[in-house]
Amino acid sequence: MTDTPLTKNMHADGSPVDLAEYEASGGYQAIRKVLGGIEPKQVTGMVKDAVLRGRGGAGFPTGTKWSFVPLGPEVPNPTYLVCNADEMEPGTFKDRLLMERDPHQLIEGMMLASYAIEADVAFIFLRNEYRLCAERLARALSDACAKQYLGKKIFGSDYSLEMHLHVSAGRYMCGEESGLLNALEGKRANPRLKPPYPTTAGLFGKPTVVNNVETLACVPHIVNRGAEWFRGLSRTRDGGTKLFGVSGKVKRPGLWEAPMGTLVREILEDYAGGMRDGVKFRGLLPGGASTDFIVESDLDLPMDFGGLAKAGSRMGTGTMIILDDGTCPVGMVRNLMQFFSRESCGWCTPCWSGLQWAERLLGAMEEGAGEPGDIEKLSELAWMWAPGHTYCALAPGAAEPLESALKHFRDDFERHIREKRCPYS
Amino acid sequence: MATVYIDGKPYAVDAHQNLLDQCLSLGFNLPYFCWHPALGSVGACRQCAVKQFKDEHDTRGKIVMACITQASDGARISIDDPEAVKFRAGVIEGLMLNHPHDCPVCDEGGECHLQDMTVMTGHDYRRYRFEKRTFRNQDLGPFVNHEMNRCIQCYRCVRFYRNYAGGRDLNALSIHQTVYFGRNQDGVLENEFSGNLVEVCPTGVFTDKTLKRHYTRKWDLMYAPSICVHCATGCNVSAGERYGTLRRIVNRFHHEVNGYFLCDRGRYGYEFVNSDKRVREARLNGNAITAEAAREHLREAVERGRAIGIGSPRASLESNFALRTLAGPGHFFSGIADRDQRLVALILDILRRGPCRVPTLHEIELCDAVVVLGEDVTNTAPRIALSVRQAVRQRSFEMAEKLKIPLWLDDGVRDAGQDQRSPLFVATIASTHLDEIASGVFRGVPDEIARFGFAVAHAIDSAAPSSGDFPAARGIADALKGAKRPLVVSGASCGSEAVIQAAANIAQACGAALYFIVPECNTLGCAMVAGGSLDAAFRLAAEGNVDTAIVLENDLYRRAPAPDVDAFIGNVPHLIVLDSLLTRTAERAELLVPAGTFAESAGTFVSGEGRAQRFFEVFPPDGVRESWRTLGMGRWSTLDEVLADLPAELPGLARARDAAPSAKFRIAGAKIAREAHRSSGRTAMLANINVSEPKTPVDPDSPLSFSMEGAEKKPPGALIPFFWSAGWNSIQATNTYQREVGGPLNGGDPGVRLIESSAKEKSYFAGVFEEFPAEGGEWLIVPIHHIFGSDELSLSAQAVAELVPAPYVAVGRESFAQNTMVRVEIAGQMFLLPVRIRSELGARVAALPAGIPPLAGLPLPQRGTIEEVK
Repeated sequence: MTDTPLTKNMHADGSPVDLAEYEASGGYQAIRKVLGGIEPKQVTGMVKDAVLRGRGGAGFPTGTKWSFVPLGPEVPNPTYLVCNADEMEPGTFKDRLLMERDPHQLIEGMMLASYAIEADVAFIFLRNEYRLCAERLARALSDACAKQYLGKKIFGSDYSLEMHLHVSAGRYMCGEESGLLNALEGKRANPRLKPPYPTTAGLFGKPTVVNNVETLACVPHIVNRGAEWFRGLSRTRDGGTKLFGVSGKVKRPGLWEAPMGTLVREILEDYAGGMRDGVKFRGLLPGGASTDFIVESDLDLPMDFGGLAKAGSRMGTGTMIILDDGTCPVGMVRNLMQFFSRESCGWCTPCWSGLQWAERLLGAMEEGAGEPGDIEKLSELAWMWAPGHTYCALAPGAAEPLESALKHFRDDFERHIREKRCPYS
Repeated sequence: MATVYIDGKPYAVDAHQNLLDQCLSLGFNLPYFCWHPALGSVGACRQCAVKQFKDEHDTRGKIVMACITQASDGARISIDDPEAVKFRAGVIEGLMLNHPHDCPVCDEGGECHLQDMTVMTGHDYRRYRFEKRTFRNQDLGPFVNHEMNRCIQCYRCVRFYRNYAGGRDLNALSIHQTVYFGRNQDGVLENEFSGNLVEVCPTGVFTDKTLKRHYTRKWDLMYAPSICVHCATGCNVSAGERYGTLRRIVNRFHHEVNGYFLCDRGRYGYEFVNSDKRVREARLNGNAITAEAAREHLREAVERGRAIGIGSPRASLESNFALRTLAGPGHFFSGIADRDQRLVALILDILRRGPCRVPTLHEIELCDAVVVLGEDVTNTAPRIALSVRQAVRQRSFEMAEKLKIPLWLDDGVRDAGQDQRSPLFVATIASTHLDEIASGVFRGVPDEIARFGFAVAHAIDSAAPSSGDFPAARGIADALKGAKRPLVVSGASCGSEAVIQAAANIAQACGAALYFIVPECNTLGCAMVAGGSLDAAFRLAAEGNVDTAIVLENDLYRRAPAPDVDAFIGNVPHLIVLDSLLTRTAERAELLVPAGTFAESAGTFVSGEGRAQRFFEVFPPDGVRESWRTLGMGRWSTLDEVLADLPAELPGLARARDAAPSAKFRIAGAKIAREAHRSSGRTAMLANINVSEPKTPVDPDSPLSFSMEGAEKKPPGALIPFFWSAGWNSIQATNTYQREVGGPLNGGDPGVRLIESSAKEKSYFAGVFEEFPAEGGEWLIVPIHHIFGSDELSLSAQAVAELVPAPYVAVGRESFAQNTMVRVEIAGQMFLLPVRIRSELGARVAALPAGIPPLAGLPLPQRGTIEEVK
């Protein structure tokens, strides 16, 4: 049995690990240790050494991000840490598990990260629909505050930290790092232009680090057990374990903690039990809606930050959506385009204009109203959403499933137009 | 300077700028929407995409947005790269998906940036076969029409309205392709600069509602370069006419004055020109007479002797000079009440003496600490308030520079700077719109404001006289001392010499720029013509020494209390009035002579900056003439002749001549056309009256022609009737008239600054203050100014009139309840007025709205009584 630090304490019945239980299993030891005399830079160093990379999907090295934050008494106060808990990527529910089942693990991770960047205030920016998470996080925060684990002079040190839970108004764009900052400031959740980077001028113009829930949850374990141990959890160069999920017509849809670099096939077949009887595998989105489809021939690739590049895809959030042979790929992509189009913030033209066009073209195909040239138009639109062509990563993310579907399932698109109907209906 | 390679050729560019700015400055037609030279870059529309290459070996390159890419040395870009061309075509196609293509019925048609960019990009065929999204439009009040279906989501409107002008009630609502730019409900746009949306919007979402009432296409209007008459700021405007009515005002870019923006009073006040209160014919004792008979009558009156001339701060320099010449210098009176004249004389004296520089509006925007003393700038000189709003951004620019964020990167600068503002202190009678961005405010009656100002000056320089203990003064003093470019803004509107002196002391103490706001478009010019005050004229008449008073474009009932004016008119056997509107004074005239408004005449105004600026006839006068022509009695036949006589009489105004080229000016032998090439219907316009095409009138006063025939080349700044270039039909064509985008006009910005001082010596005023606790139940009644209401001429403009508040009296909380009817007795007059609570007013201090009839003409501040009507 491999080590599963993130989930090992979780209860099978779904109830949360409370403060006492968290502490009994070694919780809040990492922050005690750090406040007992480890310099912020050393914490960042440990995280760097552990090769912890951002679990939100982009995989930016966490320690490197922290090291961009200016430290010392000269820095304009306050510095902020923001936990991005606005988990709205379709098919993704990994952070929800961490927050519902073991909220103190996240809080301690945030405390450590805050200490490393000398943050004065930390926010958990939580997805609107995660009501149970909100309840349990609020309880956990209040328990931690009651024991003075948060607030002034934590554990008798000179370090003070405020931590707040902020529930999002509920839009996908609020989960984009800089859109999140705008949302937290009470503005439209449009993304921001860089520079300035959040680490220089982020929330309210102050140095800010935004980290994903799963990323932060790893930190106490790195501090407790060391970078080398953390790297050892992984089968590849990226450190740690990873929460992998599978949804779709598999025997055991679910979420598991497994070593970074576990093969796609292992997750699909060993953890999820393979396809249900009577349906065949056609392809999958490895990590949420904004990753490229991979197909049968790609299943022996490892799930880590670089592993799927060979298949033209990426791990993303690591929570897969499976396409089977009884489901229409055009319908699936249409569903995704509906989501992306609906969630476009309306800022840059290729995104707000192109996504709805793509959505309608796919809708027309599904309804038997596709026309010759529609596939070419879809390709053109996807090209308009290439990275750098748009303001943020939303539209490039939307291009990934569309372009890869056009590559892998082109016949299906052509049949829709030729037969003037959806062959799956 | 840096070198950028564009499609293989090297060009010298400004490395501090972005590529779009530099490409446009170099004359490339690179399409764009969200970028605006005054609003900076945000990278939203993606229309200005170009290909950028790493080096000369890079053949693939990548698409970048020119507006958010630095024009760094050695950069290699391609505008013509096939992928870049394809991308831009894709963007315009995307923008046009929902656009209704209703150009034929759209007010923007023919001067639409979206049309221009669509043509420039080559998009001409619609491939989108689905339903367009539609919106419900809003009633945004009398100025701006709303048609959201045309919107292309470029965000310029909200960026101007909210970020630049400080408005709050227009917002971007909803998401994806249904972003709605509007208010949360129908209602009058609150911001004083809302009319700029008409020019900022690249298409027909926001259009001029007043133009809609008498709509004419851009190309069918006849234009002249003009100067706004609705305050003293001297904003340059372009006025357009057809069929004898003035149809609209648009901004005429002036780098140092109004830049790209006007206030709503300036944009919409023009309708007074079309008012049914216009005087169109001469009248003798109420009966129409010929112009010839009127001139004869005027001649006789002057020849009879004992005639005096009463000038006007809203009449041109030339008309005031002509009156002075006609009546004789000793018999010329400025037409400004005694106290107001003293204030203006004091201001002129301070500015002439120095050492403080009068800043241009552009310079105001660069100031990094501002003190406003006594002026509600948003209501007395609105465009200056817009500049002050930009000045407080200096701190965020400093922060951005430290973070190496280019200053043109608007969102980056705002994200980093957030609410950080340079210091702005507002000391006024009542709350002002600038308070919301101020680091400190001070409230008091004018003498308290003055005392406070003296204390600030003393805190900066102990050599300046002290005035008592004001704890806040120290902080302001420190902010001013710490500033690189401090500024003091004050003026005449609160009626206090001490306030003006205090402002001068502060500015001298810290070496600040000093701007005084004066009331009217030619207040300074009129004061420089140098005549006695109105009160002096009244006294002369009361002594029985006046046989005829010739009143030039001046409603005396707005200058002095009605009983005093009544007495004066009673003391004058013959009253001759020249005016464009039938004012209360004009109604009392024995002889009333029509005067051309700014749109029907040529002349010069001297702005608050001391800048002499020329305005020209927009359309040939039909029976109405410039007052200087009437008053000249044949002495001068052209404006240039008047200006030629000016220096000998008034040396201080000699340089006014140079405000614009003379009527002899030609470009390659040709005049400058007032109409666009495609102006239509010249031969048909009057065909219902006479099928023979009338001869084109000749304008002896300018090098502008009343036709579409004229020089091909672009005229110098003072003579630009309208902005229009090949491919650039909208107001965005301004770019093509500038040395570089956003910079001064080619050939320099128009106008001549008449007041420059090279003095270095400080000389402080000693403070003399009037104590105010009122005695015996008296109130001190102070003025409150209204952008819509306090200016005389715009009161007669239909759209502006809708927003003029009803007369009221404002008091603090303690005395009367809201809406109580009270009797206000002041300056020998009695008014019944409803009470409005302004909690910032102190005990026994009340305020009246300045200039709003019937309250116009009251000398404020003034003591009076207020009693509830039982």
